[in-house]
Amino acid sequence: MLQLEYFLLLAAALFCIGIYGLITSRNAVRVLMSIELLLNAVNLNLMAFSNYLDADVKGQVFSVFVITIAAAEAAVGLAIVLAIYRNRDTIDMEQFNLLKW
Amino acid sequence: MTLAEGTQLVSFGVLTLTTIVAALGVVLLENIVYSAFLLGGVFISIAGMYLLLNADFVAAAQILVYVGAVNVLILFAIMLVNKREPLAPLKNGWIRRGLTALVCFGLFALLGVVSISTPWSVLPEAPNVGDTALRLGQHFFSDFLLPFELASVLLLIAMIGAIVLARREFVTSSAVDGDDNLIFRLPERPREPIAPEPVESK
Repeated sequence: MLQLEYFLLLAAALFCIGIYGLITSRNAVRVLMSIELLLNAVNLNLMAFSNYLDADVKGQVFSVFVITIAAAEAAVGLAIVLAIYRNRDTIDMEQFNLLKW
Repeated sequence: MTLAEGTQLVSFGVLTLTTIVAALGVVLLENIVYSAFLLGGVFISIAGMYLLLNADFVAAAQILVYVGAVNVLILFAIMLVNKREPLAPLKNGWIRRGLTALVCFGLFALLGVVSISTPWSVLPEAPNVGDTALRLGQHFFSDFLLPFELASVLLLIAMIGAIVLARREFVTSSAVDGDDNLIFRLPERPREPIAPEPVESK
């Protein structure tokens, strides 16, 4: 029988892979993909809790909101990447130091 | 173990394997196009997990929104930013990667210990909520009405913001007259950050 812990462990693994990609990636588009991995891990957690701990579907409601926010974030993030690429002619994260002092 | 439980367990194992392998591929592969397609694989596997968790509506929404919209958006961004630049190697790059891997393993161990050692008050059997789309709709239009409406406003703001950020500000005047196909072959022109050149009137 499937346990709650299985899903939590899988979500934790996915979250950690996403964190690793978020920090070590140098391609800006890959950073956005890592953020999507993080959001999916959180969604999986919400869904598992909704199924195992709650007799209602509140977790699924939250998860739909997270999916909405993720779509908006992806659109704006990729637009920002395009704008930076036009300005700086690179997508290397190490060279995006406009706001670094 | 009944047949249904065995099927669930086998599906969970297969989905876990595909999720983890595809996620590692997203993060570690050199070619970013492979990463983007593997990201689609992750999304589809997660949708299968949602089906295992009795969430059919959200599984369909996951496939529609993530695979259909977000992944295609990422592929378009890769196509628009098709720069094959050799990234200059950082000094002490391996220290950074090793440290990050260490921190991530630590975080995973912490989360794993927490999720295993916590005595979750699991319901004795999975709740039968009936039609999940119906229940979700009832929630959206009763106690989650304000976040629901705010989400629609947020989507509108994000759409307008993305268009404003990503559109090309101006086209060179020499490209406008002349042959029509030249305008499609123009390289992406960087916007001048401070003082744009004055547009000469015709």
